[in-house]
Amino acid sequence: MANVIDDAAIEYLGVLAKLALSQEEKEAAKADMGRMLDYIDKLNELDTSGVQPMSHVFPVKNVFREDVVENGDGREALLANGPECTGEAFVVPKTIG
Amino acid sequence: MSILELTAVELGKRIKTGQVTVEEAVQASLDQIKKAEQKVNAFVTVDEEGALRRAEEVQKKINRGELRGPLAGVPAALKDNLCTKGLLTTCCSKILYNFVPSYTAEAVLHLERAGAVILGKTNMDEFAMGSTTETSAYGETRNPWNLDHVPGGSSGGSCAAVAVNECFYALGSDTGGSIRQPSSFCGVTGFKPTYGTVSRYGLIAYGSSLDQIGPVAKDVTDCAAILEAIASYDPKDSTSIRREDNRFTEALVDEVRGLRIGIPRDYFGEGLNPQVRDTILGAADVLRQKGAIVEEFDLSLVEYGVPAYYVIASAEASSNLSRFDGVKYGYRSPSYKDLYSMYKKSRSEGFGPEVKRRIMLGAFVLSSGYYDAYYVKAQKTKALIKRAFDQAFQSFDVILAPASPDTAPRLGQSLRDPIQMYLGDIYTISANLVGLPGLTVPCGTDSSGLPIGMQLIGDCFQEKKLIRAGFAFERSRCYQGPAMAKELEQSTPNPYVGEASSAQGSIWEKGGK
Repeated sequence: MANVIDDAAIEYLGVLAKLALSQEEKEAAKADMGRMLDYIDKLNELDTSGVQPMSHVFPVKNVFREDVVENGDGREALLANGPECTGEAFVVPKTIG
Repeated sequence: MSILELTAVELGKRIKTGQVTVEEAVQASLDQIKKAEQKVNAFVTVDEEGALRRAEEVQKKINRGELRGPLAGVPAALKDNLCTKGLLTTCCSKILYNFVPSYTAEAVLHLERAGAVILGKTNMDEFAMGSTTETSAYGETRNPWNLDHVPGGSSGGSCAAVAVNECFYALGSDTGGSIRQPSSFCGVTGFKPTYGTVSRYGLIAYGSSLDQIGPVAKDVTDCAAILEAIASYDPKDSTSIRREDNRFTEALVDEVRGLRIGIPRDYFGEGLNPQVRDTILGAADVLRQKGAIVEEFDLSLVEYGVPAYYVIASAEASSNLSRFDGVKYGYRSPSYKDLYSMYKKSRSEGFGPEVKRRIMLGAFVLSSGYYDAYYVKAQKTKALIKRAFDQAFQSFDVILAPASPDTAPRLGQSLRDPIQMYLGDIYTISANLVGLPGLTVPCGTDSSGLPIGMQLIGDCFQEKKLIRAGFAFERSRCYQGPAMAKELEQSTPNPYVGEASSAQGSIWEKGGK
């Protein structure tokens, strides 16, 4: 299925992955992904009809609990990591016209 | 024997009886770090000031009888994907170059409660994606057995630091072999527990259904003691498991009579270095002579583990790493037009090539139209691999295998061909896919003196069987570290000057600026 990786697919993946690739990186990604998918296609040798896909090995279920605040106010420490902030919020470029 | 040559548990005993003070042990480690770092580059951050302060505090608690465990006062290091409150945590990526967590990972809190003194953070492949520690944004780590070779990865810094006696033990994380493979390459003991045994809270996620934290140390005794300290049920980790028996040190007995050990023929075929094969089979003979029942068998499906893994791990990575967008922490591109271009540019400039490769692949296998053909197919393959192991563990207590098809490759060789590098994970990856525990124990060297480790794989929750087999095996030989560890210890001190580091007081950081 490797031939599905064309220029349009790389553009689309750039949107999904939020990555702006240079022309050189795009070419490299195209070749790399083609090879990887060729290799992954090996899985098609396996007959998996009737097999249930397994997301977790152990039976996991939603874990419910009361919504109680356990941690203290960490605003200062959290904001300290922001590339740009006011004293009480992260700052991002204008998003609404 | 010098302090640095002691195992963690031996040092803990001497600290308890007052033969060694915590400060002496910490100072000895810091001196060794100063001498070794220019050659090995196992650390990305060293917290000298914090470690010495903590040594004093821990010593007082030991003197007052408040800290009595086997690891009280023993200096340790942490892989740089474990969050440490107030201490730089970069995942060895440019995108987290200045990230200072506001909380500490649950596993690390447990170590601190056991009296650990944290020396600093160890080098790793960026976001744990790699098998050589060469994809780190802060320079590669070198193998202390031969500096022209890689230490393995992704926990290469942790394993090299233990091997060269910069710390007495370290924590690593294992998503596809990242503790077991570098432990093999560096001649140390590394343990990946059953998925869910150690809380992932505060471990920066790569592949959440595969990631598990575990110890790296000089022997099985240390690994059992460390795992006993860090294993816990944690409501903050939704896949944490409440285990009834975490008393792993009880299994430290030199007795393997009747233990059924399976050797999967399909792990010993084409692609395996003959010297590695002979050394591993030699180790199996040692266990047989001690009374274990060793038999060969066919595991099957071995060649499907790697492709299934790369689909699942990349899919989870593409989702987990979407949080790095230049808003709440880390790197933000200096030039952008609008919000969306800020995301894209920050991520593109902040992530390295291997990370981008896996995010793209993950986005593809999850995308509409390909989800069933790739992601669901990989999940079905995982179900089949689980069946194969379930069947094997009906006949065997432990599976004995190599940790890697070869000894440590030379620097710069592996990254040229990603698929070849991924195939190096063939013996370790299945344990992650199906959640099994795996223990690497050193068992010899190749003709050029590079270490070889054997891997013991157990059924879920059967860590004790691995500990018993590993412990019985290592009784047959004594631990030997690389010659460099002793040479450096005996050399005269050399003031630390890291190439990319910025000395800030006595905290040395390679990120941060």
